[in-house]
Order: sequence, then structure tokens, then C-alpha cells
Amino acid sequence: MKLKTALLGAACAFAIAPAAFAERGADGHVNVLYWQAPSTLNPYLSSGTKDVESASLILEGLAGFNEKGEVVARLADSVPTVENGGVSADLTQITWKLKPGLLWSDGTPVTSADAKFTYEYCTHPEGGCAQAARYEGIASIDTPDAETVVITFSAPKPNPYTAFVGGTSPILQAAQFANCLGAAASTCTEQNFGPIGTGPFMVTEFKTNDTVSLAANPNYRDPAKPAFATMTVKGGGDAEAAARAVMETGEFDYAWNTQINPELQAAMAGGGKGTFLNGFGTLVERIEMNMTDPSADLPEGERATTMHPHPILTDIRVRTALSKAIDRQVLVDVGYGSAGRPTCNLVPAPEMFASDNTGCLTQDIEGAKALLDEAGWVPGADGIREKDGVKLHVLYQTSTNPVRQDFQALIKGWWEEIGVSTELKNIDASVYFGGDAGSPDTFQKFYADVEMYANNFDGTDPEPYLAQYLCDKIPGPANQWQGENINRFCDPAYDVLVKEMSATAEMGKRSELAKKMNDMLTKDSMVVVPLVDRGRLSAASTSLGGTLLNTWDTEMWNVQDWFRVK
Amino acid sequence: MLTYTLRRLLLAIPTLLLISLVIFLLVDLAPGSPASEIPLTVPPEVRQKILESLGVNQPIFVRYFLWLKQFFYVEPLNGIDALFGSHLAEGMQRIISYQTRSPVFPLIGERLPQTLTVIGTAYVVGVLIALPIGIYSAYRQYSLFDQFGTMFAMIGFSVPTFFTGTVFIIVFGVWLGWFPTKYDTTLSVTDWDSFVKQIRQMAMPVMVLGLANAAAISRYMRSSMLENMKQDYVRTARAKGMSERTVVLKHVLRNSMIPVVTIIALGIPSIFGGAIITENLFGVNGIGAALIGAIRGNDLPMVQTLAFIFAILIVTFNLIADVLYGLLDPRIRYD
Amino acid sequence: MTETTNLDKPESQVAAIWRQFREHKGAVFGLAVLGFLVVFVLIGPLLWQAETLKVSEALKVKNQGPSLRFPLGTDQLGRDMLDRMMSAGQVSLAVGFIAMMIAIFFGTFIGILAGYFKRLDGPLMRLTDMFLALPLIPLLLVMVMLFRDRIAKVVGPEMGAFILIVFAIGLTSWMHAARIVRGEVLALKEREYVLAARSIGAPPRRIILRHILPNVISPVMVAATLGIAEAIITESVLSFLGLGFPPDFPTWGRLLFDGLQYMQLYPERVIWPGLAISLTVLSVNYIGDGLRDALDPKARGR
Repeated sequence: MKLKTALLGAACAFAIAPAAFAERGADGHVNVLYWQAPSTLNPYLSSGTKDVESASLILEGLAGFNEKGEVVARLADSVPTVENGGVSADLTQITWKLKPGLLWSDGTPVTSADAKFTYEYCTHPEGGCAQAARYEGIASIDTPDAETVVITFSAPKPNPYTAFVGGTSPILQAAQFANCLGAAASTCTEQNFGPIGTGPFMVTEFKTNDTVSLAANPNYRDPAKPAFATMTVKGGGDAEAAARAVMETGEFDYAWNTQINPELQAAMAGGGKGTFLNGFGTLVERIEMNMTDPSADLPEGERATTMHPHPILTDIRVRTALSKAIDRQVLVDVGYGSAGRPTCNLVPAPEMFASDNTGCLTQDIEGAKALLDEAGWVPGADGIREKDGVKLHVLYQTSTNPVRQDFQALIKGWWEEIGVSTELKNIDASVYFGGDAGSPDTFQKFYADVEMYANNFDGTDPEPYLAQYLCDKIPGPANQWQGENINRFCDPAYDVLVKEMSATAEMGKRSELAKKMNDMLTKDSMVVVPLVDRGRLSAASTSLGGTLLNTWDTEMWNVQDWFRVK
Repeated sequence: MLTYTLRRLLLAIPTLLLISLVIFLLVDLAPGSPASEIPLTVPPEVRQKILESLGVNQPIFVRYFLWLKQFFYVEPLNGIDALFGSHLAEGMQRIISYQTRSPVFPLIGERLPQTLTVIGTAYVVGVLIALPIGIYSAYRQYSLFDQFGTMFAMIGFSVPTFFTGTVFIIVFGVWLGWFPTKYDTTLSVTDWDSFVKQIRQMAMPVMVLGLANAAAISRYMRSSMLENMKQDYVRTARAKGMSERTVVLKHVLRNSMIPVVTIIALGIPSIFGGAIITENLFGVNGIGAALIGAIRGNDLPMVQTLAFIFAILIVTFNLIADVLYGLLDPRIRYD
Repeated sequence: MTETTNLDKPESQVAAIWRQFREHKGAVFGLAVLGFLVVFVLIGPLLWQAETLKVSEALKVKNQGPSLRFPLGTDQLGRDMLDRMMSAGQVSLAVGFIAMMIAIFFGTFIGILAGYFKRLDGPLMRLTDMFLALPLIPLLLVMVMLFRDRIAKVVGPEMGAFILIVFAIGLTSWMHAARIVRGEVLALKEREYVLAARSIGAPPRRIILRHILPNVISPVMVAATLGIAEAIITESVLSFLGLGFPPDFPTWGRLLFDGLQYMQLYPERVIWPGLAISLTVLSVNYIGDGLRDALDPKARGR
């Protein structure tokens, strides 16, 4: 009933005063394309980008990140900091205040109890919550009154903006999800597919992995927003078809993740129907060097484990030579165009954490050859280098993806120029990233000499990301190959730095530590060879206004400000 | 014939059970995991928790028997509940998809309409084009018509749908702007305008699939007709002074239908199975797209259920084809 | 009835088939085209050697149209398309033919057994149903996981991939042929000449080889023609999924797939591989037509 009135109202407003710009629902309908369609609208049950971003149209957290990576208030009145007293001086407590008079889309008031319930929902031991990492280290959540949320951490938390901040940890309505705790989560299809939220839109129909139909939330806190009365989020196809639907046929107003080859980008942008939006976050395409021996002659259980160091790649000169032979700008031009830039850093952003390491940007084939000569690898009769009768041969694996296969071909060309014979292998992404301990082809098992993939970190704090390279996180048979230290890097000095960072609150010092660790992994040891800082690339129609790509939160973060250009 | 059909139906039960076990083992053994859908930013401990909550780590036979019980007991009860408003299945766990964390059957129900309309239409169109082309090509072998028919069929068959689909999108969607490139699954046909809209959005996927179907079927039709045209009974019929029409359409055609019936019958379950590439390309998002999505994400309950329904249809339609053989050629006896 | 006399002189039978085959214009044309394609992929690389360019040099000549230096142009990384088409053709033709033959062999074999021997009909057809019902991609994934490393250890990664792909495609595409052949055999075995052969005490092996097999040739030929195209395309899907050849190993299907995203800008990138696949299928089809006529004793008599 409410929806109908809202829609009617919107329709009336549209009919009577089409010029009324700042009115909710005045701009009619907007079409959005997520070619990987959302499979659920509850981001606690699926951490896929498509699911989190679609859900963020409906659900919101206390705060979010803006396009610069700064924390901005959403449901909270303001962002608590140590300076304004919202964060305790010992960094163990953060106090959030809700904006007054907030309503859910069903008209009931939003209270601090909803936040506490969300915490309980996600930390329930049987729930398998996909965003549990956002709630880690929380000792308790208290709600002294209906508008105050006090989060107490079990240890000082230098970055307290994890719980309820950003699209990955929004607040659920306690009344709606009360019966969905723990194992019951998957019986709540109705709730998961149609959550009640505070965001600018609410669900009218959800077809999983296909279409989300939305209408403006009649109780949204800004009475003038959103400008669109209804919205459709459609899925299916691939990045190229998505780009085409915005840039060439104009059927859609906005398409997410339209990563296509640079030449096609240029051709489509020339059509004038739309523009590509890009922004850079922390996603880095890199080559990881295997520090252990992946030889198939070793028995299963010893292969690619710390028992056997890699016979070739443990020599830093070989690793450095392999990095020097690569021209990163060429990789960007071939694969990503405006959606990529060369990088030598594992942590390329935020600015305060990014090291000034640019040494790898210029290709140096001669330097690479000299290094290999120095390491004792001399060219044999067939041009391939050898030492003590062993050929300099590497197996280079990655997931199946046209850009990655082009990268493989180029890098193989450069490596063969410096006398390194290169064998290529590509693996279906669902197997490669599947982590199935029974499969020999997962990126964790790393049964290859070098491998390429991309990784990033959630939010703006690189600490957990850098902590992945601890000695005790090396994957192996003992932990079912579940470690995150993919290249089996192990340096006690590095472990000390990780420990130090977790105990450091002062931002200047944290940034220094992060840079130091980044350099240890990249330019000092060359175990991680960053290639390209990959941005996001989405397409927006020229008739859609107000879009601002944000790589720190969901792309739909400012959908309430979108409008139709007239 | 009747006893044969009954015996086959009874035999189908153990066959299907065996097939379901093989499918289950196969999908389980495949080297992927639902974890591939989880971004790398999620730490391994959380990853383990998620997998545990899905029930992935239980022993395989526990999961298989649970699935059997759900498929043959819980889901039919749910069906009864939905039909009569009863509460028989309350509290019983249904088959839950790993990807969406929701019951599998409503998902299939949601996707069936667009698959049946689009793929079904394409199939009917394909058969309707193929049969006349095949018959006439054979009747006038090596005529200009036959040569063109052959070219058409060969091109239709040798060019994959991912290619024709993209060409059609560029030509009819981008350059000419005649048809939408994305299928709107929320469109419901209520009046003339929405009907036209539906026809327009169906046009491209139907053309792509119809071409591919027509190509194969017309080849089988033509070759089978050619084979029969040379038979003695055709000469006899002509000698008796029967009209060409009767000879070709009654005698030859009927005897030529056996391989064609096989191909058509084999094709009907694949209508349900959808067309993976075409559905995906045009955003039809039917069963085919669901199946490939589930395979990619190692959504075992979804793959298992879809593959098993598919198996039921295959067994059924092959039985129908066998019965049809007997009707087309009375000499074929099974008893 | 001339058959028995022909049996004594097998050479003349071959000659007769060949004579009949030559009269079929389409078949001769098909044979010529197929011959040209085989020469192109086998002899071509000996005559045309692509320049070995450094990566930086190759990138300067990327995305070029046909020219004297690059008769078929270059791709997005500046690789010579003619060279790639030739080496791709070797793989695609080999995969297409061998996989098709495996599929046709299994399909015909199982189809005839099931159609002719009533006892085998049930079990074999249920086996066929099962293979039809199995989801293809998990099946291939499992096969690759179980056998790739083992085969690669014996014959090397490239040959290993070849054997695996050929068998994977062959073993997952015989079912249609089997169903069709069985259907035909069910009808054929009740024909008068088969009954006659049986009544004079001919053993089943002889009846099948002499009387039934020649008469199911025509649907088998169609299945074979279509099978080649399907095998070439399936191979590209496999490679695309990362289950096939290493990524620097071009095949026609893969070139077609890779060229797709450049189709609007450089249409020739899809035209070359598309043309090659279509020509292969077309020529095999005409050869199949000719062979069928040539093998048919009644037609030969005309």
C-alpha cells in the first residue's frame, strides 16, 4: 500500500511539475547493469562484490567511505574520533550516535538495538557469516539508549572503523531477522531476498541471479532524494556486452565493471552515448615467486612446501632479473588502458601507506641479463641459460582470462629474450581460486614456479593484508593449504614488524611500518613482483548525472544523488 | 507395446537412481569448491566457517542420502503444501543452494518460463525451418536450392552461437537498433504493446538458436530422405502411378523419420536444459544460465538437482522416441 | 547380388568406389578444399616462416591489416596471424578428425550392438542416457584432474593435452550417433534381406558387417560431418576454460574466441578462423555425400 502511494505520488509529481528537480522520484526510472547478477541481497550471506553492492542500495551502515577513502557518517550523526571523544584514548572503545528520527522503509524507528542484533547475527557460531572479519576483536556491544551504540574491543584497535562501516557491514532490521540467527539463516529466503533497510531504495521484486526491481524508499531521511522513483538492476552477459548496452545501444544508464580491452574502450567512448568512469583502489595484479620447490618429482605432501627451497628462485638475482625484464607500461597499454597504471608496490594506496618505490617502472633487459650472468646462469647453445647442467626454466600459471593470457604471452616474450625458458599454464578460475585441497591446481598449492593473480584489501587499513606474509601463514598439508602466505616468504624481521604494527596506534608510525613492510616484500626481496595497479572501470550514460566512482566503498554509495540530465 | 513401455518405466527407476549417484560423485569429485566465489579479502578462518555452515564438509554419503530424501520426499510435500495450503513439510529442510542460500526449486520455477518461451520457440522454429528444407533438398538433390540449403546448414553448424550471437547484437542491436540486446525477465505480456515488446526481445536469441537447431536437423532429414528415395518401394509406388506428392510426403517421409525423430527427441530435454551461451549472452537468465552459474560456483545442490531433472527428461524422451519408432515402422518389435 | 563376386576382387571394389566418387562434383571439390587446408597447415609453415620479433618490435606492428609482410595481418600483441592460423590449423584439424573418429567409432559400435542384440539394448541405452545426462563441464574437470599430470608425465605436457582433449571430446559426444544408429538398426534388422541372410545361417558378425553397417552409413556420415565442427568448437571451449592446451598454443576455435572482442574494430580477426572452420566442415560434408553415394551398391550400379 505504502509503495503504491509513493509510486502514485511520484507519478503525480512527474506529471504536474516535471521541472521540479529536487523532488523524490521526479526523474522516473533508472536501469543499472551488473553483468554478474546478485544472488542474494543479504551481504552477510555472500561476500561477492555484486551482492554487497546491490544490497547497499537498500542497507546502510553507521558510516561509509567516500571516494577519497575518508570515513563519512551515514546513519551516524557524526564520525567518532579520539579528538571528539567518540573513541576512547586507549583505543578500546568507540561510541556511535544515530541520527535522530531515522526510520526503516516500513516506517518503524531505527534503534541501537538493531546494530547490536546485527552484531549477534553475524557472530553467531553456526551462521557462517561472510563478513565475520568486520566484527573481529569486539568484546561487547552496549546500547545505553536507543540512539547510542558503544563498541568495546578486547584490545586497543588502531582502526576502529570496521563494524558497521562500509557496504560490507550494514545494519539489519532486528524485527525482520529475529528468527534468522545461526543455522536458520538459510531458511529466511524472504528476508534475505527482500531486506528492509534505510537506504534510498527498497526491493519490490527480487529474482535471484537475474533482476532486482526497486522503488524509492518513502521514509528515506532526505525527503528530496532519491531523484529516481524506480530502479532495475539487471544481470547476465559479460563485461563487453555490458559496456555495449550503455555506450552503444543506450539501453542501460549504468554498467558495473566494464573491464574491456583498451582499444574497444576508446572506440566505445568515441560514440558519445556514455563515459567510462574509473577510480583506483588497492587491487594489484602481481606475479608471486614460489620460494619452495614445486617439482612433480617430489612426493605429494613435500611438493611446494618449506621442506624443499626452490632450486632457482631462492636466488634474489634471478627474481630481480625476472622483474627487470618486464615493461609494466606495455602491460597496462595492452590490458587495461585507463583502468590501470604500472606499480612497484603491493600497497599502492591509500596515499599515506603507499611507498615511493618506483624502481621497477623502467624495463632493463640488459641489466637483467647482467644479473643472470652474475648469478652464474650462462646462455647455452639454444639461447636458454643454464648452470651446472640445469636449464633456467619456469612454469608460469594464472587463471583463465583474456587479459591474463595476453600478459602471459608478453612476459614469456621478455623472459625468453633474457634467456629464461617459460612454460605457460592457465587454469579455470573456479578451480584456481577454489581452494579445494584435493586439486593440484589451486593458487594456494602453487605447483608452479611463478603465478599471477590480483588481490586487494577491504577498506583503507593494510594491516591484515600485510600480515598475510607471516611465516606461520604458509599454506601446506598441515593446514589443508589454507594459508594466505602464497609465496612462502618467511623473514623473522618481517614478523616483528607485523607485531609492532598491530600494537601501534599513531598514524604516522603505522604508515612508516606499512611502507617498510611493503618494501621488504617488493623491492628488497622481489618475492612479490607487482605489475599493475588495477582500477575499477564502469560505464555511465551521458544522461545520468551525479555518478562518482568510489573504490573504497560500494559503487552505489551515492545512488541517492543520481539524477537524470535533462 | 504397452508391456514394453511399462517395463521400461519400471526399469527407469533404478537407472535414474544410479544416474543420480554418478552425477553426485562427479560433481563432488570435480576440483572446485564453493569457496571460489568468496573474495580473497576474506580470511581463511571465515572461509572455513562459511563452508561449514553450508554443510560442505559432511561425508559424501550423508549428503547424498540427505539430497535423495529432500528430492523425493521433502520437495514433493512442499509442492503439496503450495498447492493445497497444507503444512506437511513444515520444519523440514529443503534443498538449499550454496550460492543463494535459498531453496532450489523456487529458483528453478522462477527461471523456467523464460527458458521455455525462448528456447522452446527457437526449437519449434528450428524444426519448422529444417523439415521443409531437408525434404525439398533431398527431393531435388544437387539443385540450386539444395546447394544453398547445404551452405546454410554448414555455416549454421560450424559457427558457434557465441559468434552468431555477438554478430547479431552488433548488427541488429547496435547498428540497426531493431532489437534490445538484453532480455527483460520482468516483462509480463498483458496487452498488444507488451506482446510486441516480448516478440522484439525474443527475436535475437530465437534467431541464433533456431539457426543452430535448423542446421543440424535439416542435415539429418535430407540424408535420411535421400537414403529412402532410392529404395525399391519408391520405384514401385511411382510405377503404380501414385502422385509425386503421395510418394514423397507419405511413403518416403514416413520411413525417413526414424533418425530425425531421434534427433528431435534428444533435443527436447535440452530445451529445458536451456542454451548456456545464448541465455548468458542475451541476459535471458533461464535454466542454462543457472546451470553454468552453479557449475562455476560449485553449487552442488543446484547442479545435482538440475542435472537430475535433466536426466529424468532424457530418459522419458528416449522412451517416447522408442515408442514412436514402433509407430513409424511397424516392423520394429520390442517384445 | 553382385556383392559376392565383388568380394573376391577387393581391389576392383575400391577402384569402383573411387570412380563413382570422382563423378560426384561436390565431393571432388570438397576433397580439393580439404587437401588445400591440410597442405596449408602442414606444408605452409615450411614455406612461410614468421619473423621472430622481440616483444617491443612486435608491439609496434600490432593490429595490422593484411600486407605483404603479414599476409593475414597481426593480432593485438603483434603476432603474425598467418603463422598462428597455420599452427592453429594443425591442432584443430587433428583434434577435429581424431575426436570425431573416436566418437563415431564408439557411437556406431554401441548403436549397432544395442540395436541388433536385444539383450544388450537395455543396458547400453541406459548407459547412453547416463552419459547424456551428465553435466559436461564437471565431467571434463574431473577427467583433467585425474589424468592430466599422469599423461603429461609419460608423453609431455603438449602431447598429453592433445590426447586428453581428443579423448575427452570423443567420450562425451558419441551418444547422439549411438542413438541414431540404434534406431536405424532396429528398423534394418527386420528388413527382408537381413531376414534372408539370417535364414541361411549367416553369423551375426557377418550380417552386421555385410548388411547392416553399409546401410547405416548415411546417418553416420552426417553425424561425422557435424561431429568435426562440434569437436573443433568444443576444443575452443575447453581451452577457454583452461582445460585444454597451454595458453600460447593457438587453435582455430581459440583464435575465433579471442578475436570476438576485437570484431568491431578488426573484423578479419574472426573471419580467418571462422572461414577455416566453415571450409573444413563444408568440405567434409561434400566428401561424406560423395562417399555415401560411392559406397551405396545400388547407386554405383547406375
